[in-house]
Amino acid sequence: MAERDRVDRSSSSHSMDKSITLPPDEIFRNLENAKCFAIDIGGSLTKLAYYSTVQHKVAKVRSFDHSAKDAAEDKLYEISEQEEITARLHFIKFENAYIETCLDFIRDHLVNTDTKVIKATGGGAHKFKDLIEKKLGLSYARVDKEDEMTCLIKGCNFVLRNIPHEAFVYAKHADSEFRFQNTHPDIFPYLLVNIGSGVSIVKVESEDKFERIGGSSIGGGTFWGLGALLTKTKRFDELLQLASKGQHTSVDMLVKDIYGGSYGCLGLTGDLIASSFGKSATADTEFSKEDMAKSLLHMISNDIGQLACLYAKLHNLSRVYFGGFFIRGHPVTMHTITYSINFFTKGEVQALFLRHEGYLGAIGAFLKGAEEDNPNQYSWGENYAGSSGLMSVSPDMNPMQRARSGTFDMLEMDRLERKLVNLPLLQDPSSYIPDTVDLTEDALAREYWLFCFEEALDGVVKRALASQPDIPEATERAEKFRQKYRHKLQTLRHQPFAYGSLTVRSLLDTREHCLNEFNFPDPFSKIKQRENDMALKYYQTIVKALELLSWEEKQFALVRGVLAGNVFDWGAKAVSDVLESDPEFGFEEAQRQLEERPWLVDAYDQWLERLKGPPHKCALFFVDNSGMDIILGVMPFVRELLCRGTEVVLASNSGPALNDVTNGELQILTGRIAEMDPVIQLGLKEDRLTLVQSGSSSPCLDLSRLDKELAQVVRERKTDLVVIEGMGRAIHTNYYAMLSCESLKMAVIKNSWLADRLGGKLFSVVFKYEVPPGDKHQSKDPVAPPTPS
Amino acid sequence: MAFNGYQRDNDEATDEDETPTKQMRSMKEMPKRFLLNEPNNDTTTAASGSATSDRRLSNSAARQRMELLGKNRPPFPWFGMDIGGTLVKLVYFEPKDITAEEEQEEVENLKSIRRYLTSNTAYGKTGIRDVHLELQDLTICGRTGNLHFIRFPTHDLPAFLQMGRNKHFSSLHTTLCATGGGAYKFESDFRTMADLQLHKLDELDCLVRGVLYIDSVMSSGPSECYYYENPTDPEHCIQLDYTLENPYPLLLVNIGSGVSILAVYSEKNYKRVTGTSLGGGTFLGLCSLLTGCSSFEEALEMASQGESTRVDKLVRDIYGGDYERFGLPGWAVASSFGNMMSKEKRESVSKEDLARATLVTITNNIGSITRMCALNENIERVVFVGNFLRANTLSMKLLAYAMDYWSKGQLKALFLRHEGYFGAVGALLELLNPS
Repeated sequence: MAERDRVDRSSSSHSMDKSITLPPDEIFRNLENAKCFAIDIGGSLTKLAYYSTVQHKVAKVRSFDHSAKDAAEDKLYEISEQEEITARLHFIKFENAYIETCLDFIRDHLVNTDTKVIKATGGGAHKFKDLIEKKLGLSYARVDKEDEMTCLIKGCNFVLRNIPHEAFVYAKHADSEFRFQNTHPDIFPYLLVNIGSGVSIVKVESEDKFERIGGSSIGGGTFWGLGALLTKTKRFDELLQLASKGQHTSVDMLVKDIYGGSYGCLGLTGDLIASSFGKSATADTEFSKEDMAKSLLHMISNDIGQLACLYAKLHNLSRVYFGGFFIRGHPVTMHTITYSINFFTKGEVQALFLRHEGYLGAIGAFLKGAEEDNPNQYSWGENYAGSSGLMSVSPDMNPMQRARSGTFDMLEMDRLERKLVNLPLLQDPSSYIPDTVDLTEDALAREYWLFCFEEALDGVVKRALASQPDIPEATERAEKFRQKYRHKLQTLRHQPFAYGSLTVRSLLDTREHCLNEFNFPDPFSKIKQRENDMALKYYQTIVKALELLSWEEKQFALVRGVLAGNVFDWGAKAVSDVLESDPEFGFEEAQRQLEERPWLVDAYDQWLERLKGPPHKCALFFVDNSGMDIILGVMPFVRELLCRGTEVVLASNSGPALNDVTNGELQILTGRIAEMDPVIQLGLKEDRLTLVQSGSSSPCLDLSRLDKELAQVVRERKTDLVVIEGMGRAIHTNYYAMLSCESLKMAVIKNSWLADRLGGKLFSVVFKYEVPPGDKHQSKDPVAPPTPS
Repeated sequence: MAFNGYQRDNDEATDEDETPTKQMRSMKEMPKRFLLNEPNNDTTTAASGSATSDRRLSNSAARQRMELLGKNRPPFPWFGMDIGGTLVKLVYFEPKDITAEEEQEEVENLKSIRRYLTSNTAYGKTGIRDVHLELQDLTICGRTGNLHFIRFPTHDLPAFLQMGRNKHFSSLHTTLCATGGGAYKFESDFRTMADLQLHKLDELDCLVRGVLYIDSVMSSGPSECYYYENPTDPEHCIQLDYTLENPYPLLLVNIGSGVSILAVYSEKNYKRVTGTSLGGGTFLGLCSLLTGCSSFEEALEMASQGESTRVDKLVRDIYGGDYERFGLPGWAVASSFGNMMSKEKRESVSKEDLARATLVTITNNIGSITRMCALNENIERVVFVGNFLRANTLSMKLLAYAMDYWSKGQLKALFLRHEGYFGAVGALLELLNPS
């Protein structure tokens, strides 16, 4: 049953507390150009959604006109920070008591809007319709009520499709109570069990096709209503708290109360509940409120779980998501539902929960209202800087505290310029996990990396400031960035699950989001520029030196070149210290730093054997850093591939991240190299060397979210080799990625802790060459890689 | 203890309780082969050993008949017992074809039990004989007689055992076939308190056997099985007999304290599909907490006078009418006890309303789980049994309605007159025809 009228709140809730002061400018952000408002008013919480545009700085590079040759400095290209407008979705959740204050704030700050219709859903929608229309003073606007279930499903599809690690399994006694699920490439079909006052069971088959296949009247309202009668406790949260302290065995009749032990021949254990409240039917004793609440919770959770399983079985569905106010972030109910599902399906079906479950209605209502902007044709990304993340459900924190601390909760999603899709070469997209170590589960690693990022913060702030030397208010922004990111790190220390599984990648991405938030789009732009300039000067020397070598020597020198180039990494503290203190540190020194063979992971012999065979059809190369790395390491390697007759697709970041080379920069660099090198020039001309953007702005790489165009090129060119370079892309992520073609993962470990973990030392080399099983080029003597855990 | 009333109710029994031991001696003269369970009591074993040889001397007509008609026929009394979580169900076969000779031979003890059980309809404060269920002129194992149906609360079992001890039941050397969880839980109590050895039987085996048996012997006279015609139309809803010919496959839903759902494909081939802990025990348990009632009958009586729609939130309470988008009628319950989230409404409902809502909630939930099982198992006929349905027309009509309405007429809800006694009947059958 839908929960349109979830709650009958006592009349007191209508009195708005106007004395509450909000920090609204931090909550209702970007209201200036807000449009497409949608609101979901539930029993106790209101969710507001709007669409807005964000004006922020982006770093652009532009090639100088070299014919003029008047550029004073010998710079290769010009960096500019331009204002760009991007679209962002804002979702805010707050207690109903704040509705009036919030509407006032919105009215006062809403300008430039052409809002005529506000989509509303949820049980409170009709109650507050007049208030909304009056408060927003939109005499010409109207509030449109949308069907709750339709909104819910639309919202659910949206988050499942756009937010990695949206769904999780709850495990109360595990090291990390949340186990996040990979986004399945195909989200359909699934079952959504919405537990409001009643229960609705909905089968969702596609974006627009869903059906309520069943339901039950025993739901959250039953727990609340019956619980209030039995315990004289009025609030839902308090009832849950009572339940978490009770013992159901004093109220329920267990199998062992009837049998004296287990009912062995049926496999029913003695502790199983034979009859809920069965003991209160016969015993004349008084029962504690806690015990009754617990028994009631078990009864209802088990019943819902059982029905959900019966429906899942009948419709042959294995993905079952649970939502509704009964579930919403309550560890007690997530646990009992999970237990019930495990019991009834013997583990065949997992109970899945959603991080943004509370927002589904608002998101769906918004999407309905924004259909003309067609949000579903884009890819969206969760903005870690602007989103609160999942609240702690630690049992030490009572629900009251949680409610207070969660007074305002925010989710922001950025519209990505390009649509993101899976790399077509993933062996099994549904089981692909980008990240190598899950810091949510690995407490030691988590400790280390959180410390590491905190320690590096000063350096990042300094770098950010240095990138905008002429802007006076940069100091203030840099300080805000420092506070925000430090706060995020502290949050993650306590709630590592806030944005899904915590990984080195998510820590890096959070930092990038925070930098962008405070308008530091590319702190490394100047360093990158300097290093690119410097490296270009050496390009021809390097290429000439390589030409003098024998074929075999050359192959080895090319690989060492890529590895040496990869030493130049401002993201790695060990290296940035060196680069900082010795600006003259050069390519030669870097080569000397490299570990001698045999490397930590060394499949070079297999690679060399392979090179003696026929050339690859097409290689996809995910590049890493700018400067020495791309120009002196990668380009000569690419050049050799081209000479062998292999087409090359160079994939670089769409937006800046650390000192990684961006697609914009690479376009210019490649042009300059082509001027010096006929091989590269011909490659470009014949379209055998192609530059594509990856769709990412992260130092790491998620092969399940790549630019659609990249995927198309990969398919068209019949790519049969993927090269992934660098620590972020080949070790922190994708170390275990299985591809359906040959792959090369090359990195220098520039972090002593990580090196230690992998059984190596600083500047150890990982050279992993993998051939999918059954491939004719499979090496006879594959090297077993050490595991980084 | 309710069963303390035994002696007050029946003076005759009281007298006979003090029957001198000479009676016992003759009772021990039962052929040893009829003892399904080897007595572990030394004195008994010794006594029966010597008695067997004594017995061989007599060669009565009754004995001849016994040998002819049923080599394995056990001695009287014939009981079948089902000890559930809430109720003990007892079936007793009263032979009506006792010859004068047999009568003479019948030990006083046995006679007194027979008279006590058959001449009363209430035992103690809580023991009841369901006279309306009695099956007369029934022939089992070559003997003709009446089958009696008796029940008492499980918590009064100690009183029952005390009675058994007082009546020297153990001296009869009968085998007490018992099923239900209590057969396991109280096995040692039977031994220590009443010197009785239980022959424990699986409750679902007994249930299936009992249902099929009773239905077969009821083929003459009033039908055991019935259903509600026009269940969705209260005006024209009538109870009609149903002939359960070719009963398989069948979904058997036993609603006791908890609920078990079985898919039955033949007498020997059945499986437990699932169960739910929301059963009769939940109804009574919640009712007693919510209304202070103390018995099932009282709870039902209250429920019959209440109005559940004041307690439950209906679809129309939320949507103002039908929720057409999903084909939900306005009268359907959206949230059981949903109105009780509001303080004002909590204060305005009566105990009767709460009892009614509890009954409706539990019943509809059983209906809903049953319907899903029927779909998953692809079975169209559902037989509801168990003591939750005793005198509970409200629930039966609700179940009939729910099955018919939500399946659009595909499913048929069937009921059996002997609701909760099938386990006990199955236990009795096991005594007579060990499988």
